[in-house]
Amino acid sequence: MSIETISLSGRKKEVSNKKMTFLESLYLVAIFKGLMITIRHLFTRKVTIKYPEQTRELSPVYRGQHMLMRDDEGRERCTACGLCALSCPAEAITMKAEERKPDEMHLYREEKYASIYEINMLRCIFCGLCEEACPKQAIYLTKSRVMVKSNSDREDFIYGKDKLVMPLDMAINNTKQMAN
Amino acid sequence: MDQAIIIEKGIFIVVIFAITMLFAMYETLAERKIAAWLQDRIGPNRAGKGGILQPLADGLKLFSKEEFMPNTPNKFLFIVGPAISMSTALITSAVIPWGDKLHIFGRDVILQATDIDVAMLYVFGVLSVGVYGIMIGGWASNNKFSLMSAMRASSQMISYEVAMGLSLIALVMMTGTLSLRDMALQQHGMNWNIFYQPVGFLIFLVCSFAETNRTPFDLAECEAELIGGYHTEYSSMRMGFYLFAEYASMFISSTILAVLYFGAYNYPGMDWVAENAGANVSNIIGIFVLFAKICAFIFFYMWIRWTIPRFRYDQLMRLGWQMLIPLAIANIIITGIVILLSDGKL
Repeated sequence: MSIETISLSGRKKEVSNKKMTFLESLYLVAIFKGLMITIRHLFTRKVTIKYPEQTRELSPVYRGQHMLMRDDEGRERCTACGLCALSCPAEAITMKAEERKPDEMHLYREEKYASIYEINMLRCIFCGLCEEACPKQAIYLTKSRVMVKSNSDREDFIYGKDKLVMPLDMAINNTKQMAN
Repeated sequence: MDQAIIIEKGIFIVVIFAITMLFAMYETLAERKIAAWLQDRIGPNRAGKGGILQPLADGLKLFSKEEFMPNTPNKFLFIVGPAISMSTALITSAVIPWGDKLHIFGRDVILQATDIDVAMLYVFGVLSVGVYGIMIGGWASNNKFSLMSAMRASSQMISYEVAMGLSLIALVMMTGTLSLRDMALQQHGMNWNIFYQPVGFLIFLVCSFAETNRTPFDLAECEAELIGGYHTEYSSMRMGFYLFAEYASMFISSTILAVLYFGAYNYPGMDWVAENAGANVSNIIGIFVLFAKICAFIFFYMWIRWTIPRFRYDQLMRLGWQMLIPLAIANIIITGIVILLSDGKL
């Protein structure tokens, strides 16, 4: 088999410049064929998603809003090691570490914690590398359908711990489920 | 008696006007819907149930837009342009036989605004005037792209009028009449002209696409080259009139196609219905049959639009002058020979 005849896709067609016969040059047959192709589309399934009523099906690897996890005792897992910030290709993550006080044992799991943890949602590309980098399994990208709200103020796109840390009642629920 | 006729015709004209307008209105929706369906989309579906109020919303939008007047010395012509387009699109419907006749209040009501015996010439006359609407609008816009587009549109319409007229001469030779009502009556049963004049029909069909400036002959409006065509400078309802006129003339040309070649209001089994249910019922069904044929042609117009790409300008002219006109002349000659042969005179 010579290289000219190989067709990896199976759709390769020889292009010929032969003179058209009289019947072909009338284009009537070609137009009829074209009409048949377009009319077929009249009966095919429509691809439109009527958005507010219907929503697009999510991919199994969909990555949504980040969440800073709590462990089964409700303590924040993050130890502010900064690996997520380091791995972030968009440089969206900043944090400030602080030492845990003795009376904060029930709040933070590790001896060091993030007193400030911010993700700039305008920079974030939802790649999930922070999730992969985290040694404490503290940050996850959830399957939440909630999108970042539009706003005219850039400051509002910087999500702090108030929006990122897992809500307490969710942590309580999780623990209860684990106990059962 | 004379007064009765005036009232009867008056009512009839108003009804036809309303129907034409309604059709033109809903053609805009149909166009968008069919375009969407042929492209695997849904189309406008928010205004009303399934988008049924979309034309009203469009009209309301056009009315509420700012009416912009370009800096042109021909302010009067600028207004006259769309008016001519609209009126020529509408007055053609005067000679179209919408149905046979109805027997109401002891009178025979012929379902035609006027049955002039040169109806075909009348249609052609009006079509020729239609060029002025576009040409005047493009000229008065004081914009070279509008003017170029208007030139294109008018030269296209004039060129295709020739082939259109020639294709109809063969039909007139065959039927021996210029009156549309007589032609409709002759096509009773399945005696449709399309079976006797297939080539003539094809030429007429292609020409009517060109006459109404529809794809694949919509060079006048090809936005890739000429912004928006001859109505670039128009806004608000004046532009709406141009667009509306296009849809109205599409309706009218579908009607003419149906009347001339597809048996007008005739349908197979018409006599049977007339015998069993009365002439009125049969003729009312005939009206609906005519409208069904018109709708089919309108659909065909839109179907073609999403199938065939636009012609290049030289291709358009070559098709018109070098192919359709010789073909139409050959059709006339062959029709003449066949008529002579069948009469036994040759």
